[in-house]
Amino acid sequence: MKTKNNWKAWLYLLPAIAFLAVFMVYPLIDVCVYALEENYSFAQGEATGIGLANFRYVLSDPYFVQAVKNTFLIVIITVPVSTGVSLLISLGLSSIKKLQNAFQTIYFLPYVTNTLAVGLVFMILFRKTDYTEGLVNLLLGKLGLGGVDFIEGPYWAKMFVMCFYTVWVVMPFKILIMTSALASVNPDYYKAAKVDGASSFRIFRKITLPMISSTVFYLIITGFIGAFKAYSDEVALFGTNLNAAGMNTIVGYVYDMLYGSSGGYPSYAAAAALILFAIVFTITYINLTVSKKTVQYV
Amino acid sequence: MNVQKKSSRLGLGLIYFFLVIWALIVLFPFYWMILTSVKSFAAYNSEYIPRFWTPNPTLENYVSAFTTVPLGRYFLNTLIFTVATTGLMMLVIVPAAFAFARLEFRGKNAVFAFFLSLMMIPTELVIITNYVTIVNWNMRNTYWGLILPSVTSIFYIYLLKENFESIPDELYKAAKVDGTSDLKYLLRVMIPIAQPTIVTIVILKVIECWNSYVWPRLITYDQNYFLVSNGIQQIRESGFGRENTPAMMAAVVVISVPLIALFLVFRKKIMAGVSRGGTKG
Repeated sequence: MKTKNNWKAWLYLLPAIAFLAVFMVYPLIDVCVYALEENYSFAQGEATGIGLANFRYVLSDPYFVQAVKNTFLIVIITVPVSTGVSLLISLGLSSIKKLQNAFQTIYFLPYVTNTLAVGLVFMILFRKTDYTEGLVNLLLGKLGLGGVDFIEGPYWAKMFVMCFYTVWVVMPFKILIMTSALASVNPDYYKAAKVDGASSFRIFRKITLPMISSTVFYLIITGFIGAFKAYSDEVALFGTNLNAAGMNTIVGYVYDMLYGSSGGYPSYAAAAALILFAIVFTITYINLTVSKKTVQYV
Repeated sequence: MNVQKKSSRLGLGLIYFFLVIWALIVLFPFYWMILTSVKSFAAYNSEYIPRFWTPNPTLENYVSAFTTVPLGRYFLNTLIFTVATTGLMMLVIVPAAFAFARLEFRGKNAVFAFFLSLMMIPTELVIITNYVTIVNWNMRNTYWGLILPSVTSIFYIYLLKENFESIPDELYKAAKVDGTSDLKYLLRVMIPIAQPTIVTIVILKVIECWNSYVWPRLITYDQNYFLVSNGIQQIRESGFGRENTPAMMAAVVVISVPLIALFLVFRKKIMAGVSRGGTKG
């Protein structure tokens, strides 16, 4: 029976293997070749040699340095903020009964919206032009603060709206996962703690947090990976020319090298993509090591 | 006891307060886009200080959203892209998951381990060569160029395989004794039983397709093949002439409505599906 099944089984796998070979395995090898080919471009066609020149070029390119800086800032700010706030919101959600469903539905909405489209709304809200003050600036004025154009203004303002939007976009996923983790904690533990007269903060620290720690780490790890790949949210807010806005990210740099007015250099794009992969891989490895030491698997 | 009750009431009030605040932060952009989309161009431009209400709502922006820019075309493209990609993907992943879950062949574990290891590879790494491949195949500005690279998903194969494996082996053996072919067994027994998982995968893929931006941007420069994400970006950069924000917001509303409608209809399924197999964040 085993042998009879053999070739048929491969037939079932054939489409998947064919697509993966063409669009995944071959590109994976090819990207390394690109990264090592010196002075290759779509216009030029021939490489002049093999070496690490592309990496040297990318690492010394001010646009790339800016992109790395932006990406790290986005990661460092949005991952802790979104994880923390989503934990608080989920704790709040799990301690109420009325309207719980309604809140959950509302909180999930950003997940099913086109981030490019809603990004435009954020742009309108935070923008300050000659024709309109913009809503956020109106509120800032009411609080007695000076107005600032968050879209084409100073760097910190752009970074603020960037991080705010990123958090807005990633919250639904985190709230959903965190809420279901909290719901799966065995209520007997809470009852026992209440009988012992433990304070609610103590219950949170000694019962809730350890019970959901693997979920929290899961969200931190996926959060890091996602934030390092930030790109389309930036385009939504600042337009496609991110270098001009000073708001490019590493992924944005890769695409700019590949395509568009600054494009045509797949070797630089490949080098930048490999650097990104190395960074994400390292951070994920560190995260996993830390989580193995702290997470309590029950 | 009374004091404790009071303080817990206060705490509950605070919780509701913060939950409402976050709900407002989530909902406000939606309110603002709908509000702006029904303000007339003249009214919007005369508001140096934005108003929270408009006395004379108008639908003219929706008309210009469909007439000034080919929004209908973008819609149709996205629809074709979404349906074709999702359909083709099911044709690829269902047989693969079936082979891993039920069939015996040499090297099965090795192949499966190889598949899993590919799951770690980010799209950003392979997109460079895929772009070159599609250009070389002369598939820029075609539906095939848009569709082909995204018709496999190892993660969904994995999800489906797990589900297939949970179907009792006895059913398969009984079917074998009856002389049912593997394909017939897959179609008549496994797919119906695994239907909830399949629906979940379809919904997640539809959301992903509807919102995809990067690949379509690389592959299409002809407006006739733009998807909604690229269309909205185009509208932002050169769409309605000088800064016609209300018309832009009308386009944003039109683009957002289908997925939100889908969500409201399949709310439970989508949320359960995302918590099982969603990634974003």
